[in-house]
Amino acid sequence: MKFQPIDLAAAGLRPDKRASVYQSTKATHEKRTKLLFEQYNDPDQLRRWAGEVKQHAIENLDAYLPAVEAKLKANGAQVHWASTAESACQQVLKIMRARGATKMVKAKTMVSEEIELADYLGRHGIEALETDLGEFIVQIDHDHPSHIVRPIIHKNRREIARSFEREGLGAYNDDPQTITSRARQFLRHKYLAADVGLTGANFVSAESGRMVLVTNEGNSRFCLAATKCHIALIGIEKIVPRDYDLALLLNLLGRSGTAQELTVYTEFITGPKTAEQPDGPEEMHVIFVDNGRTDVLESDCREILRCIRCGACLNVCPVYRQASGHAYRSVYPGPVGAVLSPLLEGKHGFAKKADLPKASSLCGACHEVCPVNIPIPDLLLRLRNRANQEGIASPGTPPMGAWALLASQPLAWRTALVASQVMNHLPTNLLPIPALRAWQEERVLPEWRGGKFRQWMSQRRKAK
Amino acid sequence: MNEEREQIMMRVRRALSPIQERAALPRYDSEMVVQRAMLAGRDRVELLAERMQRVNGQLFTDVHALVAHLSAQGWKHGYCDPVLWPALAVHFQGFTVELEFDRTRVDDYAFGITRAAGAIAESGTIVLNDTTTSRRLAALTPWVHVAVVERATIFLDVPAAIAGLGPDRNVIWCTGPSKTADVEGILIEGVHGPGVQLALVV
Ligand code: SF4
Repeated sequence: MKFQPIDLAAAGLRPDKRASVYQSTKATHEKRTKLLFEQYNDPDQLRRWAGEVKQHAIENLDAYLPAVEAKLKANGAQVHWASTAESACQQVLKIMRARGATKMVKAKTMVSEEIELADYLGRHGIEALETDLGEFIVQIDHDHPSHIVRPIIHKNRREIARSFEREGLGAYNDDPQTITSRARQFLRHKYLAADVGLTGANFVSAESGRMVLVTNEGNSRFCLAATKCHIALIGIEKIVPRDYDLALLLNLLGRSGTAQELTVYTEFITGPKTAEQPDGPEEMHVIFVDNGRTDVLESDCREILRCIRCGACLNVCPVYRQASGHAYRSVYPGPVGAVLSPLLEGKHGFAKKADLPKASSLCGACHEVCPVNIPIPDLLLRLRNRANQEGIASPGTPPMGAWALLASQPLAWRTALVASQVMNHLPTNLLPIPALRAWQEERVLPEWRGGKFRQWMSQRRKAK
Repeated sequence: MNEEREQIMMRVRRALSPIQERAALPRYDSEMVVQRAMLAGRDRVELLAERMQRVNGQLFTDVHALVAHLSAQGWKHGYCDPVLWPALAVHFQGFTVELEFDRTRVDDYAFGITRAAGAIAESGTIVLNDTTTSRRLAALTPWVHVAVVERATIFLDVPAAIAGLGPDRNVIWCTGPSKTADVEGILIEGVHGPGVQLALVV
């Protein structure tokens, strides 16, 4: 039998990787739940509100996007628009070239992964260095992140130590403290030598044009203290209506993603620095990226655009825990990725990732933990339906033809029900397959009761 | 690139046009995200100290204790915002403290002392902004950051701090020292930002 690509990838995962993904996702999920339920009376109500806030925002983007643009411009930022990945990359390059810049330091942004910016810039002679520790390791290993919050959840310290040794960052040492301080030492001089700092944004308030950036390591802070030019790549769905909504969203983001009340650094940026501040970008560019998002907005799965990329649905998902992130073959793994990735492929690319929505038992855990209350299982069903409508092949699905035939012919069905009584008299101790025989020795099959309901119905009718 | 702007706006409008009734902005009270029971009747400074400790930060109200702590750890060379220095200088006998920050020697500074714009008691957070921070790099690159917080600027909870963000172009909330759990989920402090976050409340 053939299998779906995601199943094949999951089956090939090394047991030690599976174990490490399983353990750390489980631990984070448990801490998240404890924190939310110990500190709040009704965290589910908070999730519902946050979901409504974001749903309202994406359903009113036609008004909010121009509003944000006007605010940002008034604050001294330059605003650009990119409808495709390619255009976004080109616009970043253009800004760099206009400044004569050759070095960029990057904070972690999912959009830049999505458009493969670092590779693009590398091909055009620009050093674009990842500064988030996990992303830095992914970059030196020419690997891909496997989790949206914890990019190297699939790597162990020994692999990392070998990579550091290979890159000349010191003799082999797999102590996490040493690994971290070596990265600190190496990267701080890179920030100071770079001309451009690139970040994403977690939220942008339409009311004030404030962009909000959260990190634990402080790398986006460093980008915005050391460099002279700030480029922010922002998906158009990151808008929130008001500053007021940030308290709700930030409290949920920290707790849901990493089980922290607040992420260590929360930055609120409204424009380039003023003349009084010696450090930081004098020039600020914001690039709003579509890259398939308007297609998602048009689809019946637009709720997925509420996502605040916390990673909670990955941590709780039984499929993600077994398959890890690479099996999803995209920047966004896990339940959110199973919805978002096929959609972002656009109308013509959907088939390539149509297996992802099927990699779910529809247990609903993702919906239960989502801080913006996205009904992911419903969206998965809609996408399965779409794949079916579009006639996309589904390898690994058991053949149901004979069953369908039987179930749609009343006479054949009745005959089968009666004939199956034979099962009650099968000599199961003579089963030809040893494994089945062994199983049968311990257990008894329930008695076949096929046709009983029909009997009851017809008797009931007669009695009337 | 104006063309692309129009294209995106047009696609947004097209995507939204079939929606009969757009989702309304919910009315909610952000009081719901505040751990009010924990805050009730507490002194802000005491609470801030407690909550900072929870995220591995440390608060001092006594400058002698702060200086003794720095000294005991061997952190004797640092930077101080020149505005703060006249009041602090007498306490820092035997230290090398620079009033100019030189970005070519970031590794020389074990600590940086700068003014905070405020704090948030509920979350144990220090609030920095460009108006009060003399140099962004000085509050960020040394191993130890000492934020000097004025008592009157401490917000009680997160929604109050959001409401009080003000017009500053760069506001940073620091909740504990810089950290990562990227390597096998093990918590390590001091990745790119300070490994030690201290506050001196005056
Ligand atoms: S879908 Fe929800 S739970 Fe999953 S990453 Fe997005 S916000 Fe978090």
